[in-house]
Amino acid sequence: MKPTHSARDPRDLGGPRQPLLSVRELKKHFPLKKTGLGLRGPRLAVRAVDGISFDILKGETLGVVGESGCGKSTTARLLMQLTPQDSGELVFDGLSLGSPGLSLRDYRRQTQMVFQDSYSSLNPRMTVEDSIAFGPTVHGVSQREALSRAHDLLARVGLEPARFAGRYPHELSGGQRQRVNIARALALEPRLIILDESVSALDKSVEAQVLNLLQDLKQAFGLTYVFISHDLNVVRYMSDRVLVMYLGEVVEVASADALFEQPLHPYTAALLRSMPTTDPLRRTEQAPLSGDPPNPIDPPSGCRFHTRCPDAQAICRMRAPVFGEAMPGRSVACLKYQPGSGYAASTIALKEVTHA
Amino acid sequence: MPDMQTAHSPMIRLHDLQVEFRVPGKRVQAVNGVNLEVGPGEVVALIGESGSGKSVTLRALMRLHPERTTHYAGTLEVAGRDVLKMGKRELAQLRGSSVAMIFQEPLLALDPVYTLGQQITEAIRQHAPVSRAEARARALRLFEKVRIPSPERRLDAYPHEMSGGMRQRAMIALALACEPQVLLADEPTTALDATVQIQILLLLRELQRELGLSIVFVTHDIGAAAEIADRMAVMYAGRIIEQGPAAELLTRPRHPYTRALLKSRSEGAMQKGRRLDTIQGAPPDLSRLPAGCAFAERCAFAAETCLGGQPEETRVGPEHSVRCWRLDELPAQGGPVQRAEPVNG
Repeated sequence: MKPTHSARDPRDLGGPRQPLLSVRELKKHFPLKKTGLGLRGPRLAVRAVDGISFDILKGETLGVVGESGCGKSTTARLLMQLTPQDSGELVFDGLSLGSPGLSLRDYRRQTQMVFQDSYSSLNPRMTVEDSIAFGPTVHGVSQREALSRAHDLLARVGLEPARFAGRYPHELSGGQRQRVNIARALALEPRLIILDESVSALDKSVEAQVLNLLQDLKQAFGLTYVFISHDLNVVRYMSDRVLVMYLGEVVEVASADALFEQPLHPYTAALLRSMPTTDPLRRTEQAPLSGDPPNPIDPPSGCRFHTRCPDAQAICRMRAPVFGEAMPGRSVACLKYQPGSGYAASTIALKEVTHA
Repeated sequence: MPDMQTAHSPMIRLHDLQVEFRVPGKRVQAVNGVNLEVGPGEVVALIGESGSGKSVTLRALMRLHPERTTHYAGTLEVAGRDVLKMGKRELAQLRGSSVAMIFQEPLLALDPVYTLGQQITEAIRQHAPVSRAEARARALRLFEKVRIPSPERRLDAYPHEMSGGMRQRAMIALALACEPQVLLADEPTTALDATVQIQILLLLRELQRELGLSIVFVTHDIGAAAEIADRMAVMYAGRIIEQGPAAELLTRPRHPYTRALLKSRSEGAMQKGRRLDTIQGAPPDLSRLPAGCAFAERCAFAAETCLGGQPEETRVGPEHSVRCWRLDELPAQGGPVQRAEPVNG
């Protein structure tokens, strides 16, 4: 077991300023089967992730939000290399994945994932201790040491080893199973953990317990998290920075507080306004967005959000915004904030005044 | 449409309702004495965590549980009729035309091999003697009512051809096909994105007003409940431990469990760097319920008295009632309602 990180991790190559993981122009399209009519046409594909770039900083929790179908989970699977990208690059602490300095095997040891479904992500025929010890033995740790590590980790995630080590997944509750999954992810002493809706299936009271555990473990092991969730309250609580995705693209990145207090992208703003209130006297009177997200097989032209955007102008249909810094520390993909984009700025100024 | 004769009597009346599942070697007491009344045109939210009995209660209202293994006791009346005494035909009449249900996952609830139009017209013709053309015209009006874009074309679509939000709208249309007075909703927005969830909640609210429906809305999401419910009932281990008008329950919760649930959602509860308050432990095993208050072993205020027997329902306001032994000894609102508990040591 590693001690608390006060000294620098010997695996840290580029120092604290270098991003732990840089994602460059990552793209993943899932081609559709050709049907009778479309045989001659262009090959259609679900454009799940369509050229996204972002950095994951050392020691941070990067929240990822967006509606279903926006590419959150595909992004997670690409980061974990469970599915190969069509193009683009992952740079882990300065080393490009696949280069001589960083093989997939080395990368996988340092990057782990916890899935949403705690049951299907565990082997039903393996005991809890065997599931946790499996990864280390694959990576060359002796069976004995791997088991002892598994017991330490079970204790660390709040499951008494003497009671739980020999149990099978079906003998545990959802919260307990998710603790096992977290212990398994920690077994290889990773630096980056991808949490893909890891607490979404848990009841609120259990969810709070697991979130506390994740915070403790992050401190204790000096971890970096990618935290994917549809629950915006939880994302705000957990994350240092938040990345917003829409139809396979990144539309906004900012510190969690800035993003929740003053969203720049109209989509982010609508997403935040869709959160239900807990005050029955101040109920939502009008849905902030109408309709469902468009089909990622044939995304809208120009800005992909223009079909649902309350601020859209004619230019938005024609011109795709470039993702870039709108103000220090805040990046957004919206023509409103892009100088010389052709978006008539006066109308937003007016709007902001009347809203204030 | 609300029946004028029953305008003053409740649409749904549950008194000491018990539902027990008997499987070999085990008796699971899923619902243990639920008292609940839902008036005409009223929206009541049943809130609780998994295993609290909220969905079992809801399904009991249509007697959807397998007859062979389920044992009911107590009173279960819908529109003044005793559902527990109904025969097969009466039950078939009740389902659909008096009471209809919408589910969490429309893709599982809808038949994949028929178009939505076929499913709705079948439901209409099952209950009313109308021609195919007339039934289809009604189905079209229903699609317009639930605001499905290009409804004419969508009637001929199969469930898998539609998005999640559209499918949920279609399921609502199907549920309304026979003009029920009561709509039962089992986590209808849980699987939806926040942006679509709010659309569906607003639609349900509007339909409820327009048609005078009584709605029982089951959810674990207090936010969704606050958006739609007139009254709320909080369930724990198969009992309603607190119920009252939504605004009152949300602002002045009395039961320690309700308080802990709400506290996790309150402003400032999720401040960065602060540990989240948790309710220690887990709900009790429904096949081995304790004799006393089921929440006692997780409750910060539990005392000897709590272990002895079931707390009675105590009125604390005109429509607000709580089941707790130590109601008078609880600290006032705003006091420390929850001890900060480290997770499993």
